[in-house]
Amino acid sequence: MEKSLDLINARIRDGSARVVTAEEMPGIVDELGEEGALAEVDVVTTGTFGAMCSTGAFFNFGHADPPIRMERVWLNDVEAYAGIAAVDAYLGATQEAESKDSLYGGAHVLEELVAGGTVELRATSRGTDCYPRRSITTELLLEDMNQAVMVNPRNAFQRYNAASNAADRTLNTYMGTLLPRCGNVSYSGAGTLSPLANDPGFRVIGSGVPIFLAGAEGMIVGEGTQHSAGGGFGNLMVSGDMKQMRQEFLRAAVMNGYGVTMYVGVGIPIPVLDTGIVRSTAVRDEDILTDIIDFGTPRRDRPSLAKVSYADLKSGSVEIGGETVRTSSLSSYRRARAVATELKDWIERGKMELALPTRRIDPAKRARPMRETAVTPRVRDIMNRQVISITEDEEIRVAAKRLLKDETNHLPVLDGSGALVGIITTYDVSKAVVTDGKLRQVKDIMTRNVIKTTPDEPVDVAAQKLEQNNISALPVVDATNRVVGILSAIDLGKLFGGRRRR
Amino acid sequence: MKLLLAFSRKGRADPGREPVIARVVKETGVLINVEKANIDSMAGEMLIDVPNKDADLVRRRLEEMGVTVRVMENAVVRDEEECVDCGACVSVCPQEVFSFDAEWRLVVSAERCVLCGKCIRACPHGALSQQG
Repeated sequence: MEKSLDLINARIRDGSARVVTAEEMPGIVDELGEEGALAEVDVVTTGTFGAMCSTGAFFNFGHADPPIRMERVWLNDVEAYAGIAAVDAYLGATQEAESKDSLYGGAHVLEELVAGGTVELRATSRGTDCYPRRSITTELLLEDMNQAVMVNPRNAFQRYNAASNAADRTLNTYMGTLLPRCGNVSYSGAGTLSPLANDPGFRVIGSGVPIFLAGAEGMIVGEGTQHSAGGGFGNLMVSGDMKQMRQEFLRAAVMNGYGVTMYVGVGIPIPVLDTGIVRSTAVRDEDILTDIIDFGTPRRDRPSLAKVSYADLKSGSVEIGGETVRTSSLSSYRRARAVATELKDWIERGKMELALPTRRIDPAKRARPMRETAVTPRVRDIMNRQVISITEDEEIRVAAKRLLKDETNHLPVLDGSGALVGIITTYDVSKAVVTDGKLRQVKDIMTRNVIKTTPDEPVDVAAQKLEQNNISALPVVDATNRVVGILSAIDLGKLFGGRRRR
Repeated sequence: MKLLLAFSRKGRADPGREPVIARVVKETGVLINVEKANIDSMAGEMLIDVPNKDADLVRRRLEEMGVTVRVMENAVVRDEEECVDCGACVSVCPQEVFSFDAEWRLVVSAERCVLCGKCIRACPHGALSQQG
């Protein structure tokens, strides 16, 4: 049996359509079987509510008198992109204000507007014959704008990697606070309610399909930027009229140490046309797998620590390497449910009819990493290969002489086999002299927990280690912990002096 | 019940120079659990947990010794308007103060809080604060 979209829409119009949320669907399929569920259910509603940095809106402010061709535009001191006609701008959620003390950004302006608040528009121009005005400042409400169209380049990801941190210090990331040594796991996404998890083949989710966007009736524009459904990370570009939106489903947020973002509620109705769709909407948390990625590795390709399902993540704890680690969600499941439930209500009341995609989204497409034409400098390109070191059994006096003779401030300390076991600085030696003098050997005063780098580490990562630990040099070690160089703050200057070795 | 103690250590006779906790425990026999202590050269602050029935007694004795005592009823406070029930606070809390109920509503067991402040920084919505 198959069901046509026309039949479903006719049922929506006469109020007889059977609409359920994606959370209810697996139980119905268990009870009635696939054919039974197909006969019974017309529409499955999905929902998600989480941090979506990729959020923003186009505004048309109307023309002032005398008119201005706005070249730079600020809304509550947050700059919007104005390179689009005279009185239009695009405000992105993550753009931050130039003057505010606390973190305030585009997301806060968008929320303020939707909440009915006043926003200060400021714009400047060089002035032209047709647009003589050079500056303007005015206060606007959302209703004062001709258009306020939210266009989010990539929302509602199919799934999100979960995050943990195997490094020794707390990380503040877009995935929230990650405690050291895998102290917690942070995840995002609504699992069984997640829109794309219910149609991973993009059969009925595509361009032109009506959706719930932050309380408004919006629509899918098409594939989102960085859409990568072939790898399980499909996403959507969506649009909606801000004037219909509600603050409940559009909330500004600040990720500590990362920046401003926006929580957005997105829901997509799925017409139940055949058993293939019954099967895909019967997806459960147990079926949706994701990786827990180690954010302690500051690179694009981070290692996976474990593979888990959304059922595991939602249970409150998961296992990593035999240890139980607690989980936190960044997205709100309660509000995702509210999105799916409200969308269900819209359709039951005949407020929204469904449509099939006018253009399909490629379910096999994969996003590529950036092509980089300039070689990213590595530590080996700028490190100092003439390493002056000392062994741990030497006397402090010998270390002092060596530091003086070679005009260096850092001596890597080696054990009998030549492996790095510590580091001493001129400061350590001076301190040993002014204290009681009972300390005699290098190993008595050396720092044993050495912050180090490797030859192929990007210089940017090494520079961050110097800054975060407030130190001025890093021993460079090979895979066997043998010192092959030293990278000092001074070497970083080589990047700018053109003396870099190729 | 949690009590937040504050004492000066400036003068020789200030309570911060004395073993006040040990003295109260010895005199009253009440078991005091020190949950957080931050003591520097000039002043100290300490969060202690005592059985509810003994709280008045402990409080009185500490105040007699010159310690300022504040009862912490809701150490961490949630702003229901701002909170979206996401759960970013759940796993960063060492005391398991936060959890979800069956409806995925955030539940705050403030009595477990030891005022470490991790959740306040981790909350993306600025919904958590310390009792003022």
